[in-house]
Amino acid sequence: MKIQLKFALLLTAVLLSACNKKVKEETVNPNAGNTTSGQTNPGDQGSAIVEEGAFGSSDLDSNTCLRQRVVYFDYDQDMLKPEYQAIVACHAKYLRDRPAARMRLEGHADERGTREYNMALGERRGNGVNAAFSANAADTGRIEVVSSGEERPVCLDSDESCWSQNRRVEISYSVK
Amino acid sequence: MRRILMSCLLAWLPLQAMAQALDAGVVVGNESALSIAIVPMPYQGSRTAPAHDVAKVIRDDLNQSGQFKSLDEAAITEKSLRGADVRFPEWKKLKQDFLVVGRIVDGVDGNFSIQYELMDVAKQQSLLSLSMPARASNVRRAAHQVADQIYEKILGVRGAFDTRIAYVTATGLGQGIEYRLMVADSDGFNPQTLVRSREPLLSPAWSPDGKRIAYVSFQKGSSAVYIVELATGVGATDPVSSAKGINGAPAFSPDGTKLALTLSKSGNPEIYIMDIASRSLKQVTTHFGIDTEAVWMPDGQSLLFTSDRGGKPQIYEVSASGGEAKRVSFSGEYNARATVSFDGKKIAMAQGAGNVYRIAVLDRSFGGSGRWQTISPGNLDESPSFAPNASMILYATKQGRRGVLYAVSADGRVRQRLVLSDGDVREPAWSPYR
Repeated sequence: MKIQLKFALLLTAVLLSACNKKVKEETVNPNAGNTTSGQTNPGDQGSAIVEEGAFGSSDLDSNTCLRQRVVYFDYDQDMLKPEYQAIVACHAKYLRDRPAARMRLEGHADERGTREYNMALGERRGNGVNAAFSANAADTGRIEVVSSGEERPVCLDSDESCWSQNRRVEISYSVK
Repeated sequence: MRRILMSCLLAWLPLQAMAQALDAGVVVGNESALSIAIVPMPYQGSRTAPAHDVAKVIRDDLNQSGQFKSLDEAAITEKSLRGADVRFPEWKKLKQDFLVVGRIVDGVDGNFSIQYELMDVAKQQSLLSLSMPARASNVRRAAHQVADQIYEKILGVRGAFDTRIAYVTATGLGQGIEYRLMVADSDGFNPQTLVRSREPLLSPAWSPDGKRIAYVSFQKGSSAVYIVELATGVGATDPVSSAKGINGAPAFSPDGTKLALTLSKSGNPEIYIMDIASRSLKQVTTHFGIDTEAVWMPDGQSLLFTSDRGGKPQIYEVSASGGEAKRVSFSGEYNARATVSFDGKKIAMAQGAGNVYRIAVLDRSFGGSGRWQTISPGNLDESPSFAPNASMILYATKQGRRGVLYAVSADGRVRQRLVLSDGDVREPAWSPYR
């Protein structure tokens, strides 16, 4: 049982780091996977979004950009790093394309510092991402920000390799 | 799916499987501690003997306080049971300042009586000669009460051994994780489950009468504040605060009628005071920074809280009626989660920088910006909680992937680990006097 859990945790870590890498290596076109060609445009930072080709709910599972649901933060920071702008941009487009969709932003902190302060820090990160959605013309009335502080870590070791995975905001859809 | 509401309540079922106790080893010693010998106290009645070694409980209590160093049982050769039989020269040879002799006899209604005498070895006189009734079902509690009497007679300060601690445990991983709000005796024995939840629990805080505990639960998906009654479990399903955003860091006022808490319903975490009976709220802080972790000063007139309004988290003080906050902590780059001694003189907090967080005590009785002492040696030490007599502080830290609790004397000289056989322990809160 324990070994299985450890393996599951390891798998999560691998998936997360893989996810991380993807963000760093390729620039994502929010329309990728939505068009038949599926081309990515290296120059597109996601700020100028082509509004043609509306997202459908199935794109959440197939679109390279929409499949990315986690953004990471520096220690004690709530500023959205530039490399995650593209993720926010494509999810903002999804919200615009699907007026019934509702999103949840769950902010998290690493274990350092006190639990209640980290609760506040997690919320601040969630609010930071929410503001980025607002800047991308998403209807934030359909976005719920919650904080889990340091209470729901994805990784349990007391070192930076884990802490960096735990300082995050998770994007999820309560209504797709 | 993991958000499935699985919170339920156990009506004070003792958990035999989770035998919990203080670690035998005292981590660091105190050279100036008073030496005291607790002579074994045999049972002289005619029924089934008590389930616990009373002399050992007293010995461990006094050791844990840091103010006493009790003689190892193996070194005790003269085993008198009554003060009149004590041969003082033997105890002088063993360099003992004090001596306790006693025995357990049958009391009324199937209970026991601990008959004991406290002796001053140098003066060769009796300081205390008492009999403590002990319920057969809870002999340990009577032993803690005897330790309290000995502590108070010698030091002139009320003992805090007959108190309880609340804490949170987490066992399992992923879908199987389970959180419990626990209450145990001050030495970790007799653990009872108060609340069980599949979602995180944190920040337990005692009511001043020791009958209720306020805490934070995520059982409804996001944070909400609950007040549960210990005797009945009532309150664990119906939050007193579940506003939009954070509902956190509850703290009962000294008169028990109000609850300070953190709410972010305005868009930003601020300190509020709730009148518990009416649930009406009064906002205490208004600042764009994070304000959280309020605790009451003993007079109920002001609150200490954590705020990052100056850039990094520091401890501030504000009147309970609101107004301008004054910074209290001027040492260390990160200070958070204050706990205050009963006399308001000492404030313990989690103090950190980078990857190292330790428990620091600020003594304000010296005037100025106070005197500081670091009393824990770890890297991730947090959640300090004063004993009601301020002689000791409980705190949480991590060993490997596991959370553990330590009890440390307020001067940092004696430290013991509270061990749980299974899982992760955090968020300790020391009860008031019983």
